[in-house]
Amino acid sequence: MTTLLDYCSLVRSKNAGPFTLTFDFMCHDQAAYDALVATGFLDKHLFSTLYGADPDRILVVNHPSALAVKVSLPRPTVQGGPHDTDCYAGQQYAPLMDMEIAQT
Amino acid sequence: MKGTTLMELRILAPTGALGAGFDADALARGLAARPDVIACDAGSTDSGPAALGSGTPKLSAQAVTRDLRLLMRARDELGVPLIIGSCGTSGRDAGVDWVASLARTIAAEEDLHAKLGLIYSDQPVQRLQDLYDAGRIQPLANAPEIDRELFQRGHTVAMMGVEPLQEALRDGCDIVLAGRASDTALFAALPHMRGADPGLTWHMAKTIECGAACAIPPSANGLLATLRDDHFDVTTLATGTRLTPRSVAAHTLYENADPYHIAEPSGVLDTTGASYEAVDERTVRVRGARYLPADGYTNKLEGAELVGYQTVIIGGVRDRVVIDALPKLLPAAERYFHDKILDVFNGRVDPAGIDIDYRLYGAGAVLTGSEPDPLTPRELGVLITVTAPDQETAHAIATFVAHASSHLPIAEYDGLVSTLAYPYSPPEMDRGALYRFTLNHVATGVTPTELFRTVTEEL
Repeated sequence: MTTLLDYCSLVRSKNAGPFTLTFDFMCHDQAAYDALVATGFLDKHLFSTLYGADPDRILVVNHPSALAVKVSLPRPTVQGGPHDTDCYAGQQYAPLMDMEIAQT
Repeated sequence: MKGTTLMELRILAPTGALGAGFDADALARGLAARPDVIACDAGSTDSGPAALGSGTPKLSAQAVTRDLRLLMRARDELGVPLIIGSCGTSGRDAGVDWVASLARTIAAEEDLHAKLGLIYSDQPVQRLQDLYDAGRIQPLANAPEIDRELFQRGHTVAMMGVEPLQEALRDGCDIVLAGRASDTALFAALPHMRGADPGLTWHMAKTIECGAACAIPPSANGLLATLRDDHFDVTTLATGTRLTPRSVAAHTLYENADPYHIAEPSGVLDTTGASYEAVDERTVRVRGARYLPADGYTNKLEGAELVGYQTVIIGGVRDRVVIDALPKLLPAAERYFHDKILDVFNGRVDPAGIDIDYRLYGAGAVLTGSEPDPLTPRELGVLITVTAPDQETAHAIATFVAHASSHLPIAEYDGLVSTLAYPYSPPEMDRGALYRFTLNHVATGVTPTELFRTVTEEL
């Protein structure tokens, strides 16, 4: 079974302003980056399902210079407001870590 | 290369944020390169809406004074401008005044003399409503719905670009303390005045705006950028840190929605064509970004309003029977508290205006809605938050919420048990005000300076 940590040296979630949640997936090396992108695992459907976002408002960007994939979407709750549980959005990536990634 | 027209400007970003701290020797290494300007920010929205809503800075006066003292001495030694943006975390007028008062004290203690420029970015309600009525407040991505009355309820700042900073520099200010400012504008202001390439300038500014966040390992220390005609070099200053082409490229990802298109008041930085090459272990050379000027100038608006006042209760559960029962008992507790509020306050408090929130740590509290695994903890942390229109009411409600929550009726048990372990006596703690962000919008059709006002004084 392969998971994100087989490809990534850092998986991070952050605020991109109070209304946007953003994820960075930094790969170990070129081979890991190419392999992760080829799996197509990090797609709009996955983030729509997990974080309840409209797929049309999800941005997935491959960044070869950084060997990284970036995903941004509307923040499920506005940062720091009523019922937000993670002001820096720093733990929101966690459900992705143990998901099995089908290899191509 | 004396006698040629080659340009070289050195921009020092001594720290990721004023008050976050930096090593004095890293600063000294930056100063040895004789920078043309020293700049850093002192705020962000990243710590939440409280600073903007309340006007209270996130960092202490002691920590900010420590950093500001070293930077004011450095500026004095080199005779170059010091630019600090987003003063007091939120960039509210109160934040500018707060950092200015610290600067005055330091100047007196250190016998430093300088012309101080204060740039204010608070927005009056009438101006905002006029802009709104004229259809000149436009939403950015994921913006909340707004209405005209919103501006009366909260506090709004505008985020400045380079132009108000440049006016202060042209006016001879040695130290510029700015309200809410685009972080990148602090580093781009001087290079733009000197005619540097806009694409390189904005990309350089984006690269160094968090200080050594892009170094390996990341730190609160600084970076030096050396901007030339067709590239810039970025150098890490702290000992034992390095930069790689990849670590520098990756910084375009940080706290940004889109790494290739980064919006500024006057246009968009496009890093699609950027390339990164190592010069040595500490320095990376960057070229190729473009700046695409926008059709019209816009200033981002940030707002926060008071939601209510909160009292919190922290407890824990270890009994597996109670751990299983607790989530099922919460709807009944909600109904009980609704009736209890009507009874205790004799109808003076509307239960609809009260929020009683249970967060079950160990059972999915951190991810709330997106928790995919049904967690069954051995021990459960319980955070109860009561939000009410005023602190006194929140506290009064929390006292009976705490009492009832520790005596929940457990169907499996005959008789009364204590269902929550409280570490404190009394268990309830007043947390103060809760704020929320209200705006993710821009003001359109504005001149670059009309939303800001500048005051100067001699230190």
